[in-house]
Amino acid sequence: MAEPAISTVELTKRYEDFTAVDSLNLTVKEGEIFGLLGPNGAGKTTTILMLLGLSEPTSGTASVTGLSPTRQPLDVKRVVGYVPDNVGFYADLTGRQNLEYTARLNRMARADYETRITDLVAQVGLTDAVDRPAGTYSRGMRQRLGIADALVKNPRLLILDEPTIGIDPEGLREILDLIRTLREDSGVTVLLSSHLLHQVQSICDRVGIFVEGKMVAEGPVRELAAQLKQGGATIEVAVDDWARAGDVMYAIPGIRRIDRGEDHWVISAETDLRPQIVKALAERGIGLLHLKLREEALDVIYMNHFGRDGHNS
Amino acid sequence: MATTVSQAPLQPIRRLSGGWRVVAGKELTDHLISIRFFILIAIMGLSAIAAVYSAAGGIREASAAIDSDFPGLFLKLFTIQPESSRIPPFFALVALLGPLFGIAFGFDAVNGERSQGTLPRLLSQPIHRDDVINGKFVAGLSVIGLVLVLLTMIVAGVGIVRIGVTPSVSELIRIVGYVVVSIVYIGFWLALSSLFSVVLRKASTSALAAIAAWLVASLFALLFVGIVADIVSPVPDQPTIDEQIANAKTQRNLSFVFPQSLYQEATIALLEPEQRTFDILGLISLQNPQSGAIRGPLSLEQSLSIVWPQVTGLIALTVICFAGTYVAFMRQEVRA
Repeated sequence: MAEPAISTVELTKRYEDFTAVDSLNLTVKEGEIFGLLGPNGAGKTTTILMLLGLSEPTSGTASVTGLSPTRQPLDVKRVVGYVPDNVGFYADLTGRQNLEYTARLNRMARADYETRITDLVAQVGLTDAVDRPAGTYSRGMRQRLGIADALVKNPRLLILDEPTIGIDPEGLREILDLIRTLREDSGVTVLLSSHLLHQVQSICDRVGIFVEGKMVAEGPVRELAAQLKQGGATIEVAVDDWARAGDVMYAIPGIRRIDRGEDHWVISAETDLRPQIVKALAERGIGLLHLKLREEALDVIYMNHFGRDGHNS
Repeated sequence: MATTVSQAPLQPIRRLSGGWRVVAGKELTDHLISIRFFILIAIMGLSAIAAVYSAAGGIREASAAIDSDFPGLFLKLFTIQPESSRIPPFFALVALLGPLFGIAFGFDAVNGERSQGTLPRLLSQPIHRDDVINGKFVAGLSVIGLVLVLLTMIVAGVGIVRIGVTPSVSELIRIVGYVVVSIVYIGFWLALSSLFSVVLRKASTSALAAIAAWLVASLFALLFVGIVADIVSPVPDQPTIDEQIANAKTQRNLSFVFPQSLYQEATIALLEPEQRTFDILGLISLQNPQSGAIRGPLSLEQSLSIVWPQVTGLIALTVICFAGTYVAFMRQEVRA
C-alpha cells in the first residue's frame, strides 16, 4: 500500500499547563486494525480529535488517507467514520432517524442511504430496535448503533474511541466480532483506542502503547512484549526455608529485586538466572519447591507501565 | 450478522456546501414536533385570541363616536385595551411572551448536544463547524417567524370579521414592519440564550441565566437608566429646561442598550401613529414646524424614519449576541 491510512509527524498538542500529546509519530497502514492503548488521560482522545480536524495541533502534522485534517477537514470527515467515547444519539428520534440525519449531513441522496441503513442496522444486529427512540437503547446498543452510524458514509477509515467501555462481556464479544468482520468484508482500516488492553489485544494487528502523551512502544502484540522487556526476566521461586533464602538470592549477581509474595517470591533479574538460582540454593541445602520463568504477557508489561491506572475497569 | 452492505457512492466535495441547511431542516422538524412548541403556541394563541376579541369589543363600543375612516383604526386591534377589559393588548403580549419563545428555542442549542453526547458525532460529519450554529439559528428564527405571522394573521382575521374594517396599504406595511421588528427582537433572545448554551454546560443553567437576563433587563432597566442619567446629567431642584432635556437625552441614549426599550419604542411608532410619548426630543429637534404643531397621526414615512435607529439598535444587539455565540463555539473544545 502506497499511502498509509494515518501518519503523523511530531504531532503535539499543548494546553496551557500540560502537554496532552507529545511529538507523536504514528503510522497506521491501510487495512489494518491498530489499537491505541493507554490509561485514561494519556492523550488518546486528543490524538483522535486532531486526526479528525476537530482540534488544532500545537505543532507537527497529521495526514489521514493522504489528506490534512487541518487544511482539508471536510475531505477528511467525508472518509473517516468516528464513534466517539460514550457515543450519544438524539433521544427523541429513532435509531433509523438518527442514521438518516448522518446520511443527510453527508449529502447522500435518500435512494442511496435508505437500503444502506437497513443493511448496516442488520449487520450490527439492531433490526428489531431501530425504529424505537434511541433514548431507550442500552449502552451496548448505542455502541453498535454508533458503529452503524460511522459506517453510513462508507468510510475508508473507522475510528473507535473506547468502544468497549461499560459493556458486558457478551456485548464486548459481539462488538469485537463485528469490527473483525467489517475489516474482513470491506477492508476498512480501523483505529481503536482503549485503556483495557486485554479486551482488545486479540483483534489488533498492531498496538501502540501511549503514556502521558508519548508513544512508549509500538508493534504487533507479540513483538511488543520483547520490546518492552528491556532485557529483564521475571522468575517465580518457592523454597522450603524462606529465612535463609533471601541472603542467598541477593548474593547472586544480576538479581535486581525480590518481591516476597504469600506462596512464592517474584524475582526481577537481568537475564534468565534459573540455573544460578538452582545452583546457589543447592549449595546451601535449601530445598527448591517451585521455579518458573514468567512469560511476559502483554498485560503484565502494560501493568508495569501504567501502574494502577491501567486496571481500573 | 454477516450481511452484505450496499455501497454508497462517495459524494463529490463540491456538493458538501450548505451543511447548515441540513442542520436547520432537522432542527426545524424537531422544534415543530416538540412539546415546548405546543405549550408556547397554545399560550400565545389563546392569549392572542383573547386580546383581539377584547380589543375588537372595545373598538365596536367606541366606533359610534369615531369616524370609520379614522386612520389607524385597524392597528387598534393590536394595541387597544378597553377600560372594561383586563386582557392586555396583543402587542403587549408579544413583548411579554416573545422573549420566552426565543429563550425556549435557544437555551439548549449547544449544551443539549453536549449532554446527549451527539456533538462529537455531529461535528465529525463533513460540515463546517459554523453550519451547526447557523443552522440552529435559522431554524429558531423560522419557528419564531412562523408563529408571529400565524398569530398576526389570527388577530387580523378575527378583527376583519368582528369589526368589519379592512387594513389600508399603509396599515399593512406597518403590520409587516411590526412582525419583522418582533422577529428581530425575539431573535435577540434566541441569540442570547444560544450564547448561554455555548458558554454554560448545563441546559438548566443556561435557561435560568437567559430568563434572569430577561427579568433584569425588564425590571431594572428603567431604574438603572434613571440612576445613571442623574449622575451623568444631574437635574437640580430648580432645573432649567436645558438641564431637563439633557437628562432626558441621557436616559434615552442609555435605554438604547436595552432591547426591551428599543422594541417598545419601535412597536409604538409602528402601531400607534398618534402616540408621541417618547418623541419629546424628536419634537424639539425636528426642524419641521408642522410636526410639533399638529396633533395628527404620523405618516408612514415619519414612523419609519423614527423607528430606524431602534431597529438598527435591535439588529446590532442581535448580531453582537450571535457573533459572541459563533466565536465562543468556534473556539470551544469538542470535548466537554
